[in-house]
Amino acid sequence: MSQAATELIRISGHAGVVPGKGLNREFQVCKLVDTTTCIGCKACEVACLEWNGYTFSQTTFDNTYQTMPETAWNYWNLIKFNEHERADGTMMLLMRKDQCMHCADPGCLAACPADGAIVQYANGIVDFQEANCIGCGYCMTGCPFNIPKFDPPSRKVFKCTLCNDRVSVGLEPACIKACPTGCLHFGTKSEMKELAETRAAQLRNNSGFQDAGVYDPDGVGGTHVIYVLHDAKNPELYGGLPKNPRIPWSVRVWKAPLKWLGNVAMVGGIVGMALHYMRFGPKKEEPIPPNDDGRRV
Amino acid sequence: MTTNAVSRPSAEDQNAGTIVRYTFGERVNHWIGAISYIYLLVTGLAFWSPYLYWLAAVVGGGPAARFWHPWFGLIFTASVFWMFKEWYGDMKIDEADRAWGRAIPDYIRNEDDNLPPAGRFNYGQKLFFWLIFYGVIFLLLSGVGLWFTEDLPWNLRFVRYAAILIHASVALATIGLFLIHVYMSTILEEGSFGSMVHGYVTRAWAWTFHRTWFYQVTGRPGAKQ
Repeated sequence: MSQAATELIRISGHAGVVPGKGLNREFQVCKLVDTTTCIGCKACEVACLEWNGYTFSQTTFDNTYQTMPETAWNYWNLIKFNEHERADGTMMLLMRKDQCMHCADPGCLAACPADGAIVQYANGIVDFQEANCIGCGYCMTGCPFNIPKFDPPSRKVFKCTLCNDRVSVGLEPACIKACPTGCLHFGTKSEMKELAETRAAQLRNNSGFQDAGVYDPDGVGGTHVIYVLHDAKNPELYGGLPKNPRIPWSVRVWKAPLKWLGNVAMVGGIVGMALHYMRFGPKKEEPIPPNDDGRRV
Repeated sequence: MTTNAVSRPSAEDQNAGTIVRYTFGERVNHWIGAISYIYLLVTGLAFWSPYLYWLAAVVGGGPAARFWHPWFGLIFTASVFWMFKEWYGDMKIDEADRAWGRAIPDYIRNEDDNLPPAGRFNYGQKLFFWLIFYGVIFLLLSGVGLWFTEDLPWNLRFVRYAAILIHASVALATIGLFLIHVYMSTILEEGSFGSMVHGYVTRAWAWTFHRTWFYQVTGRPGAKQ
C-alpha cells in the first residue's frame, strides 16, 4: 500500500491499462533462502509476526520441528521440516522457509476478479490490498504454492507482503534481518541469482551434493523468492515444494479462451435475437376458426 | 386444471374469454426464481469480467456481492427444484415433442402452422426446463466448492480447479438459455409475459400456441385430461 501507484505493473480484476506503468526506475528485488545453512531456529517466523503486528498463534506438535502444518492468514512465514532418509541410509533434516514466492507470473493475481485487490509492483513484489479484497478465494485456487489464506471473520485473504512497507523505504524484510546464520539474503534478482548459483556450485564441487541447485521455477515466470537446495531434482522433499509449479490449467482456460468464447457468445446471442426480431417479427395469436372441432365447455 | 379455471364465452364467439395458464403459486415461484437469477447474473458477471466489475457496485459492492451470491444461489436452486416438483409431469418429452423438434426451423421462421400441436409446454420449453434443471445441479455442486474454497484441503485442490471451470461454463450456458427465454417470453411471443403476471391467456392464444393443451383444458372429446 505504501508504494506509489506509478510503480505498479499489474492490477487484479482491472479493466484497461495500468496507470503510469513504466514511469519509474525498475529493479527487481529478490529474497534468497539457502536451505543448506538454515538451522530451523524460527527467528524469521517471530520477526515476521513482530513486524506485521500479529500475536503468536497456537502451535501444533506433531513430533517434528515444524510450528504448524501450513502457513495461516496471520502466520505468513513457516519453516517446513522434513526428516529425509537418503539412499545410503543417512538422515537429513531438511528445513525450508515457506512463504509467498512473489511469482513473476502470479496465479493469485490472474485468478482475482476484484479490481486492485492484488497488485504487482515494478520491483516484483506481489501484494494483497485487503481494502479491495472481496473474499472470494479465487487467489487460493490460482496459487500453485498454497499461500493465500482466508480469515473467516473479516472475509479477507492475507499473505506475505515481502515486507513491501520496509522495502519501499530502503529496509530489508524483517525475516532477513532476524536470520542468525545468514541463510537469508536480500538484494536484486540478478545479485541473488548469482549468489545462489555460486553457493550451489560450491555444494556440488566441495560438499558432495551432486544435485545441488537453485529453485527459481520457470513455470510461473521465475520467482522473487529463490532457494538453494541440496537436491534440486527433488524439491518435493522440502515440505512439498512443487517440482514444476504453474498456474492451474483450469484457471488459464477460464481466464482466457473461455472468457472470450463466453463474451462473444453473449454479445452474439443478443445481436442474433435482435436480428431475428427484425427479420421475423413477433409471433401473434390467431383467431380460432369457426369450424374448429375443439368443443367448448 | 379444474373447470372453474375456464371461463364460459358466449356461444357465438369462440375467441372470447380466457384460460388460466399459470396458477398463483407457479407465478410467485417463477418470479422468485427470476429475481434470484437476475441477482446471480449481475453479481456473477461482475466476478466474470473486469469490464463488468462495476455491476457489483450496483448491488452493494464486491464483498456484499460475494457474500450474497451463494445464498441467492440456494434460493434459485429451491425455486427450480419446486418447478421440477410441480411441472415434472408436464415436462415429459414424448414422440410429438420430437416431431416438433424436427420442425424447429419452421418455428424460428414464425411458420407455426407447420408445427405439430404442442401440449401445455412445447418441446423448446421442455428443453429449456431440463437444461436449466441439470444446469442448476452442476452450479450447486460447483458453487458449494467455490463457497467454501478455504475449507478444501490442499490435497483436494483439484476440486477447486474443477469447480471454477464447471461453474463458469455452466453459468454461461444458462445465460444463453436465459437470454432466449426472456426474448421469447417478452417480445417474441405476444401474450406470454402477461400470462406469468396475471396468469391468464386468451383462448385464441392457447389454440394458436398450445393446441393440444387447449383441447385438454376446454374438454374436447377424446382429449387426455
